[in-house]
Amino acid sequence: MLMRRLFLGAITVWIVSIIIFAGVEVLPGDACTAFLEREAQGKLLENCREAQGLNRSAAERYFDWASGAVRGDFGVSANGQKSISELVGNRLRNSLLLAVCALAIGVPLAIFLGVVTGLRREKPVDLVFSSTAVFAMTIPEFVSATVLILVFSVWLGWLPGIVLTSAGAPISEFFPEIVLPVIVLGMVMTAHILRMVRSSVIEVMAGEYVQMAILKGVPYWHIVFRHALPNALLPAINVVALTIAWLLGGVVVIEVVFNYPGLGRMMIDAISDRDLPVVQAIALIVATVYVGVNLTADLMTMFLNPRLRTHALRGS
Amino acid sequence: MSALIDIRDISVGFVGRDGRTREVLRNIDLAVAPGECVGLVGESGSGKSTLALAAMGYLKRGLRLLNGSAVFSGTDMFAQSRRELERIRGGQLALIPQNSGQSLTPTLRIGAQLGEALRLHSALPADQHAAKVVELLGHVRLPDPEAIVARFPHELSGGQQQRVAIAMALAGEPEALLLDEPTTGLDVTTQAHILELLRDIAADRGMAMVYVSHDLGAIARVCTRVVVMYAGEVVLEGSTRHVLKFPTHPYAQGLLASIPKLDDSALPIALDGRPPAPGDAGAGCAFADRCALVQDRCRSTRPQLEASESGGTVRCFFTKEAGRQQGQIIGAAPARFSGGDTMLDLDGLAISYARPRLLDQLLGRGTDVPPTVDDISISIGKGETLGLVGESGSGKSTILKTIAGLLPPAAGAVTAGDQSLPHMVEHRDPGQLRQIQLIFQNPDDSLNPRHTVADILEQPLKLYFGLTGGKLRARSAEILERVRLGAHYLDRLPSQLSGGEKQRVAIARAFAAGPEIVLCDEVTSALDVSVQAAVLDLLNDLKRSQGTTYIFVSHDLAVVRALSDRVAVLYQGRLCEIGQTDQVFEGESHPYTKVLLGAVLEPDPDAAPTLAADDIVERAPPASGCPFQRRCPRRLGEICDTDTPPWQSPEAGHFIRCHISLEDLNVD
Ligand SMILES: Nc1ncnc2c1ncn2[C@@H]1O[C@H](COP(=O)(O)OP(=O)(O)OP(=O)(O)O)[C@@H](O)[C@H]1O
Ligand code: SF4
Ligand code: SF4
Ligand SMILES: [Mg+2]
Repeated sequence: MLMRRLFLGAITVWIVSIIIFAGVEVLPGDACTAFLEREAQGKLLENCREAQGLNRSAAERYFDWASGAVRGDFGVSANGQKSISELVGNRLRNSLLLAVCALAIGVPLAIFLGVVTGLRREKPVDLVFSSTAVFAMTIPEFVSATVLILVFSVWLGWLPGIVLTSAGAPISEFFPEIVLPVIVLGMVMTAHILRMVRSSVIEVMAGEYVQMAILKGVPYWHIVFRHALPNALLPAINVVALTIAWLLGGVVVIEVVFNYPGLGRMMIDAISDRDLPVVQAIALIVATVYVGVNLTADLMTMFLNPRLRTHALRGS
Repeated sequence: MSALIDIRDISVGFVGRDGRTREVLRNIDLAVAPGECVGLVGESGSGKSTLALAAMGYLKRGLRLLNGSAVFSGTDMFAQSRRELERIRGGQLALIPQNSGQSLTPTLRIGAQLGEALRLHSALPADQHAAKVVELLGHVRLPDPEAIVARFPHELSGGQQQRVAIAMALAGEPEALLLDEPTTGLDVTTQAHILELLRDIAADRGMAMVYVSHDLGAIARVCTRVVVMYAGEVVLEGSTRHVLKFPTHPYAQGLLASIPKLDDSALPIALDGRPPAPGDAGAGCAFADRCALVQDRCRSTRPQLEASESGGTVRCFFTKEAGRQQGQIIGAAPARFSGGDTMLDLDGLAISYARPRLLDQLLGRGTDVPPTVDDISISIGKGETLGLVGESGSGKSTILKTIAGLLPPAAGAVTAGDQSLPHMVEHRDPGQLRQIQLIFQNPDDSLNPRHTVADILEQPLKLYFGLTGGKLRARSAEILERVRLGAHYLDRLPSQLSGGEKQRVAIARAFAAGPEIVLCDEVTSALDVSVQAAVLDLLNDLKRSQGTTYIFVSHDLAVVRALSDRVAVLYQGRLCEIGQTDQVFEGESHPYTKVLLGAVLEPDPDAAPTLAADDIVERAPPASGCPFQRRCPRRLGEICDTDTPPWQSPEAGHFIRCHISLEDLNVD
């Protein structure tokens, strides 16, 4: 079962890589026409293609690209001829830093608030946090980002509103610049997870086994921690995974708004420069992260949920 | 002796959407003495569960105590602190829930859940808990208690889960036990075993019990006194014998008449109408709209509970007339099949769920697991009803699915009329699809909640007959009329129908296709007895008027008897016996048929079940010999394990598959 999941995950990434490659392939023009722009003709184009290895068959080039990617080598970028791995490496680190900070604060907070609002359903705490969450979910990130910048950096001047640190700087230099992006990113995510945990807690607390525990004389907090929460939080794992997947998209907007040197902004830049090798590389990395996160979530649920666990152990 | 449970004048209600308080329980008194067992019966929604839970001082979310008190052993349960309630609940007063599968916490092992009950309610030192858990599990006769401790709830069968729930209730050494439908949904054999166990335990420990059930057979077996509830009121109360044999309330009579009897092949009589919704009972007798004896007085004045001659109480103005009417109501004889051409033929059907593993597939090997269903050859005449019986897991639904083309057979053929049917639904032509219709156990799962009744019925009419516009609507209304629902139901959604009405819509949809063969999979198991009687009546009507061929699957033998012309008994996917209904129920029987028949509980305090075989769950059929070898109370020896038993025929049309000779079969 475990092996099968891993295998399926690998297959998914492989198929995605083909799609990415083929997608770029069918676009009119190639890395050289993009790079050379108006001069893309005659000898110049020929030389460039020669240098980039674009004259070989698509299958050959895919094989080169894919086997390089497995080793972490994405080739060189079209303009500037720098190693993509090096370019991407720092950006990836920065994006991860942003995501991890948002998750580290957002997930525990969301679970805590979700449980509290679920248990105190329709009481003032619930009303306050639930409606705040709905509100946070509905406003787009660029709006909340702009408002926060306006309040905290323009009016109050507490935090920098824009990131000026360069991509390769050590992590410590990103503080406190990273605080506002983390808040914006964390807010929507927290709201999503909170809503989900809340409804899951409500459902479980109204369920028959909780009623049975009450009628068995189990003290309230025991019911909550032993009987209800393990069951209520299982579905949260997959929601967290989905949220992370969403985060990959949200990151792009936030990085652009805050001028944050992450993968998202690099992607946007690469697209506007028509730097296809870089676009391909980032797309593949994002897809791999996506598959990896969902796979981890599935495996965790499988391990923590006794129903699925026996299933997995007994074989499919 | 003073009462252990003393509920006085209790009323419970909720605030409806219109802001009115609607009563779910109305001024109920219930006293249970130590060691006594009282049964609570009534249709779904009559307030049985609410009353039982109120005895624990517990009300479901949304419900409120309006009046009265519930005293347990001198403590008023509605006036206690949370801590005090936690001490009593699960300790001196324990509950066994209806659905143990859902009442056990899925993420905790059985051992942990029982251990928790001990920790909370037992005086035993903690180091003896583990041993006590095993002892309790053994006490409820679970096989291999040491292994069960480490299991999760989903790894047990329904009967085993129910036993765990009983063990959990016993952990606190309770003085009184509340049981909310503890055996509903279990196999007859399992049910009979669990009831015997409860009887023994109650007698052993002198426990009081309140037994909630709509199954009068179970009540007859365990209770000394019965309380009949209707629309949140007590309408009749008395000794089990009096209530079941000489009921003096018209509702109780109707309820009894709607139960199919094993020793009687008449159709049960349906109680027309349905109970008023909470708060809608009006000023008079709540039963007035459905009562055959109703007078003007009944509609204007609410009858009070009064002492009856038999020593109980009854709420009716006309008990004398009711007493005279008792036993006068006799059910109609069902339509019987009188021979005809073959409509459906199953020839050597074998069905396997086991998928060969990848490696085996590559090597061209099959699986070595014996097929779930094997060697089924039956032919059914046009207009005939074949009853298919057997315990859960015996493959009844599997066979129906294969006939309907939802599951491919591993071997064999299905022939309908004179056409051999392609295995899978995708390969059947519209005519063949129309010909065979399947009705499921649970209408909630089979009716799309967002489609109106009209949408549901129009689908097959459009698909098979190409009807449109006004014709379509008229035809839908006509079909609805046939299942005795008016045209005003056309625009309702399934959520606006009662359980019985939903099932009728499901039946109407099947008949809209104009089928020749209708496959009924436990179509009445989710319904109240009174509604069940109405559905049986309807199926019988359609059989008479349309000449439909049925395969009727049910685990309730009395229901099967009422409707079937012929009965096939299935064990582990293999046929044990097949014959005319009377031959199977009365003539020589296969040992397994005997076990099934013996376990049936009759609503008669004088009848006792015979439990011939253990109710263990078998996971897979044996590789050779008789499928029943592991549980058979009359096993002959080696030969049953190695040789497939031969078909023997005591009479024309009656076949039994067993190594025991016909002469010896009925000698025990
Ligand atoms: N939480 C609730 N809020 C409002 N009404 C409720 C609630 N629980 C039950 N009811 C109503 O109270 C009435 C009695 O319900 P109860 O569950 O006690 O019936 P029952 O006799 O046990 O039925 P069943 O045989 O289906 O278990 C029904 O009309 C039901 O709709
Ligand atoms: S009081 Fe009247 S309506 Fe009610 S049960 Fe008796 S006879 Fe029927
Ligand atoms: S063949 Fe043997 S095991 Fe099977 S039913 Fe007959 S006696 Fe029992
Ligand atoms: Mg109930």
